[in-house]
Amino acid sequence: MNRPALIIAKKELRMFFDSLIAYILLIAFLGFSGFFTWFYGSDVFFTKQASLQSFFDTAYWTLFFFIPALTMRSIAEENNSGTIELLLTKPVTGWQVIWGKFSACFMLIFIALLCTLPYYFTVMYLGKIDSGVVLCGYLGLLLMSAAYISIGIFASSITSNQVVAFLLALFTGIFFHFLFGLVGSNLTGTAGEVVNYFSMKEHMDGIKRGIIDSRDLIYFGSIVFLGLVMAEVSLAKRNTSE
Amino acid sequence: MEVVVKNLVKKYNGFKAVDNISFRVNQGEVLGFLGPNGAGKSTTMKVITSYIAPSEGDVEVGGYSVITHPEEVKKLIGYLPENNPLYLDMPIMDYLEFSARLQGVPKEKVNQRVREMIKVCGLIGEKHKLIAELSKGYRQRVGLAHAMIHDPQVLILDEPTSGLDPNQIIEIRKLIKDIGKQKTVILSTHILPEVEATCDRILIINKGHIVADGTPETLRKQAKGREVIRVKIEDGKESEIINALRGVPSIMAVEALAGKENTFEVQADKFAAPKRDIYKMCVDKNWVLTEMVPYETSLEDIFHDLTIS
Repeated sequence: MNRPALIIAKKELRMFFDSLIAYILLIAFLGFSGFFTWFYGSDVFFTKQASLQSFFDTAYWTLFFFIPALTMRSIAEENNSGTIELLLTKPVTGWQVIWGKFSACFMLIFIALLCTLPYYFTVMYLGKIDSGVVLCGYLGLLLMSAAYISIGIFASSITSNQVVAFLLALFTGIFFHFLFGLVGSNLTGTAGEVVNYFSMKEHMDGIKRGIIDSRDLIYFGSIVFLGLVMAEVSLAKRNTSE
Repeated sequence: MEVVVKNLVKKYNGFKAVDNISFRVNQGEVLGFLGPNGAGKSTTMKVITSYIAPSEGDVEVGGYSVITHPEEVKKLIGYLPENNPLYLDMPIMDYLEFSARLQGVPKEKVNQRVREMIKVCGLIGEKHKLIAELSKGYRQRVGLAHAMIHDPQVLILDEPTSGLDPNQIIEIRKLIKDIGKQKTVILSTHILPEVEATCDRILIINKGHIVADGTPETLRKQAKGREVIRVKIEDGKESEIINALRGVPSIMAVEALAGKENTFEVQADKFAAPKRDIYKMCVDKNWVLTEMVPYETSLEDIFHDLTIS
């Protein structure tokens, strides 16, 4: 990562921890995922399998809701307070700003997932766990998070209102999270396959089973790339409004 | 380091906020950018700092164009934006450190620069506070400290003294003047005494056009119109004197000053040597001229004339 982006990322990450956002996110995430992994529903003791499947299923939903709350502030707040002008009049490109913000959010999610590693060790103690599948499950969650962070940052970049940014990110996310899957399963033939390809679940399922397919990686990679590029374009829009 | 603005045009949705302006600021010069609200001051500054791109024309800072080399331009400039936006949830020290790092100050020098700026801008007592806890004047100081953190060659300040108390204003003006001896400073304001106190050169801009450019003195000289003179003439009756003054061809209006005996305020055509005429008249009538004080045309008048008509 280049230097300005790294400086911005560090500052953003620090701000997450200074402003309690990080702690609230970590506690809520660990609370929810812990509760459904160990105590309730189809938890580890109910399924009687030495796997983290129940954790991955819970995280699939909790991250979906938490990430827009994390990203909504990133650029909307800068637009609102005018500090974006401070950033962009320093020797920093719009792309570096976006990339720095993205990295900070991603790091925080990474830390949150790191905090669930004791789950893995506990299950390992209880029975014989397939470590490869667990690794793939984590990888899947990270890829999905990256995609939603990128969508969230784009949503945040086009408004100066954090609530709008949150709702927009969530609304866009809903399509990827289950609407495409829902529509896709009701369609047949090529149309169904195409719509299905857009569904996050479709790609997550493969990875969760321990299969890393280049098609899945391309899928996540292109969402991240597209979201960040669109965010950069909306930052640069100040120059083209003539 | 020079700042050269060439035929700059900036349009917003078809409206020309800045319409074909050109000027040049040299090193060691403090340029005051003056104009009514919405005249295009901030827009011009935003283009110079390469925050927004020009619609037409170009700006060069130290030989680098804002169109082709914005990154180089940004390194040379320290900028205090309008309304002084700041990260309110950051402590002052952290914020200045962050700015210094982003501006490319070498890591080992960051701490030294931050300490220096805190001292120069009078923030020592507050340095551990969050920016949100500061009063407006202190926030302005933080903004200034941030603009100067990397010792920039060109300083661009959009209304640097707004929100400061009179003592602080004097300090900051002195600071700007000191910096202006070696660096290039462009500041915008609509406080006229500020311009007189700090600037070597004034640029008045109205509706996107430059309407005046020069030192405060030359602007005063150029100012069209009248000269106001206070005269005191003794040994005559007040009404007689008024009539006699009105008879002088170069004098346009005469008014007796209330509360002061035999003292009059005379408005005269500046270029017709009214003072000589008044003197001659007094000699002819055998009156004694005991006082004759020309009032200076103030910058306010010049500003008013140029921006209202």
